[in-house]
Amino acid sequence: MSKASERRNYTLLQVTKALLWKALRLASLLAAISIVSFVLVSNSPVDPVQAYIGADMLVVSHEQRELIASYWGLDDPPAEQFMRWGSALLHGDLGVSMIYRQPVIEVIGERFVSSLSLMAVSWLLSGVIGFTAGVLAAMNKDRWLDRIIKWYCYALASTPTFWMGLLLLIVFAVWLGWFPVALGVPAGKLAEDVSLFDRLRHMILPALTLSIVGISSIALHTRQKLIDVLDSDYVWFAKARGEQGFTLFFRHGLRNIALPALTLQFTSFGELFGGAVLAEQVFSYPGLGQATVEAGLRGDVPLLLGIVLFTAMFVFAGNAIADILYRTVDPRMKERGTL
Amino acid sequence: MKPVPVLKQRSFSGRRALWSGGISVLYLAIAAAGGLLLGSEALSTHLGSRNLAPSLEHLFGTDWLGRDMFTRTVKGLGLSMAVGFLGAISSSVIAAVVGLLAATMGKAADRFLSWLIDLFLSVPHLVTLILIAFVCGGGLKGIVIGIACTHWPSLARVIRAEVMQLRSAEFVLVSQRLGKSRLWIAMHHMAPHLVPQLLVGMLLLFPHAILHEAAITFIGLGLSPHQPAIGIILSESMRYLSTGMWWLAFFPGLCLLFTVRAFGMFGELMKRLADARGLHD
Repeated sequence: MSKASERRNYTLLQVTKALLWKALRLASLLAAISIVSFVLVSNSPVDPVQAYIGADMLVVSHEQRELIASYWGLDDPPAEQFMRWGSALLHGDLGVSMIYRQPVIEVIGERFVSSLSLMAVSWLLSGVIGFTAGVLAAMNKDRWLDRIIKWYCYALASTPTFWMGLLLLIVFAVWLGWFPVALGVPAGKLAEDVSLFDRLRHMILPALTLSIVGISSIALHTRQKLIDVLDSDYVWFAKARGEQGFTLFFRHGLRNIALPALTLQFTSFGELFGGAVLAEQVFSYPGLGQATVEAGLRGDVPLLLGIVLFTAMFVFAGNAIADILYRTVDPRMKERGTL
Repeated sequence: MKPVPVLKQRSFSGRRALWSGGISVLYLAIAAAGGLLLGSEALSTHLGSRNLAPSLEHLFGTDWLGRDMFTRTVKGLGLSMAVGFLGAISSSVIAAVVGLLAATMGKAADRFLSWLIDLFLSVPHLVTLILIAFVCGGGLKGIVIGIACTHWPSLARVIRAEVMQLRSAEFVLVSQRLGKSRLWIAMHHMAPHLVPQLLVGMLLLFPHAILHEAAITFIGLGLSPHQPAIGIILSESMRYLSTGMWWLAFFPGLCLLFTVRAFGMFGELMKRLADARGLHD
C-alpha cells in the first residue's frame, strides 16, 4: 500500500471513529433532553385540557372534558405517560399535535421546510456579507472603513431581532408598500394557486431581517482572525517582498480565515433558529418558529416536546458538520492524524 | 513598525474606552432613576390626546389610549434592567458553582459537568426559554429561571479553565509547600483572580439577558400585558404599525438597543480594567 492511500485510510478511520463517538453523544443528550423536558412539562400549571379546548370553554361540558382527558391519557400517572410517549418516540412517532390535530412529525416536517428556506437564504447572505465586511475591516484596520464596519457590527449585536423586523416592516411594507405586511402566502388564495413568486415575495423581509442581524458575529470574528494572520511572520515577509492588497489577502489570508468562518456559521444554527422564531413572529411567516410559539402559548405539549428534540438535532447537525469540515479540510489536522 | 504612534494610540483608545464607559453608566443611571421617579399619571388614559406623533410635549408620541410613550418606555427599561439583573446574577452563581465543582471535584465530575454544559447548549436558547416559560406558566418567574438556566454554560467554562490554571500556578504550589491551609490559599490566591473574572462575566451576561427578556415577552410568554415592559410595548405596536404609527415601535426599540449597548460597553471597559493583559488591545 502506498503511503498516500495508507494516510487516507487512517483519516477515514479517524472520521468514522469521530462520527461514532458523536452519534453516541447525540443519543445520550437526546435521551436526557427528552426525560428532562417531559418531567418539566408534566409539572406545568397550564391545564392541557383547557389549552386543547381554547376559546370553546363555555360550550364544552364537564363530561366532555373528562372524555378529552381520557382520550389523550392526561389523567394517567406521569411515569405511565412518559413510557407511552417514550416507546412511541423510539418508533419515530412523536404523538399527535393538539392544536393542529395532525401527527407532530408531519407538522414539524411541513413547517421546517418553509423555515429552512428562510434560514438558508439568510445563512448564506449573512455569511457572505459578514465575511466580506470582516475582510474589508481587517485589511483597512484603524482606518475609517474599519471604524464604520466595527461600529455597525457592535450596534447590530445589541439590536433585538424583532425590532429590526418591525423597522423593515414599517419602511418597506407600510411606507413604501413594496412587500405584503404579513403571512407566508397571500390571504384568501387557495394553496395550489400560490406561485413561487408569491412565496419569494413574502419571504424577502423575514430573510432580510435575519441576515442583517446575523452579519455582526461573523464579521467581527473574521476581522479579528485576519488581523492576527496579517500580523504573522509570513505576511510580514510577503509584504517585504512587495506583495500587497488583494493578492496578499488571496495568497496568505483567505485560506487561513475561510475555515474558522465557515465553522462559526455552522455552529450558529441555534442562534439562527432563535432569530427565525422572532422574525416569523413579526411577519406571521408560517414556519417552525411560529409553531414553537403557538405550542408554548396554547399548551400543545406533544408538539413542544417534538420541537425541542428536533431543534436539538438541528443544532447538533451544525456542530457535527463544522467538526467534520475541520477534520477533512484542514491539512494540519490530517498531518496530526498521521503522527 | 512605527513604535511611537502605537504608544500614542494606546493611551488614546484607553481614554476613549473610559469616556464611552462613563457615558454608558450615565445613560443607565438616568434610565434607572427615570423609571423610579417618573410618576405613573402619564400612563393613565387620556382620550383627548390619542395617537399623537412625537412632539415637544410628548417626546415619543402617544399610543391609542393617549398614554405617553416616553414614560412607558422609561418604565419599561427599568423593568428590563431589573429582570436582566436578576437573571444575570443567578446565571453567574450557577456558572461559579459548576465551574468550581468541575475544576476541583476530580475527573468524573468534570466529565459529567462538561456533558451537562453540552446538554444546555444543545437546544437553542429561545426554545429552552419558551419551554421554561411554559412550564412556569409565564410571568416574571419563568423569565428569570429561563435566563438563569440558559446563560451560565460559557461563563462556567471560563471559571473552570481559570481555576484549573490557578491550581497549577507556581505561587499556589509554593503556598501549599509552605503549609498554608486550602482555605487560606483559596482566599488569598484564588479569589483575587476569580472574583473580577466572575464580575466581568456577569456584566457581559447582562446585554444577552435583557435581549432575551424582551424577546420572550415580545412573543407573549413573558411578562403580563399589564406590565410596561419593552417587549409588551413592541408586540402591542404591531397591531398599529399598518396605520402608520411608526413611533410606537421605533423609540422604545431604539432605547432598548442603547441600553443593551451601554451594558456591553460598560462590561468591556470593566473587562479591560480587570485584566491588565488586555490593556494592549
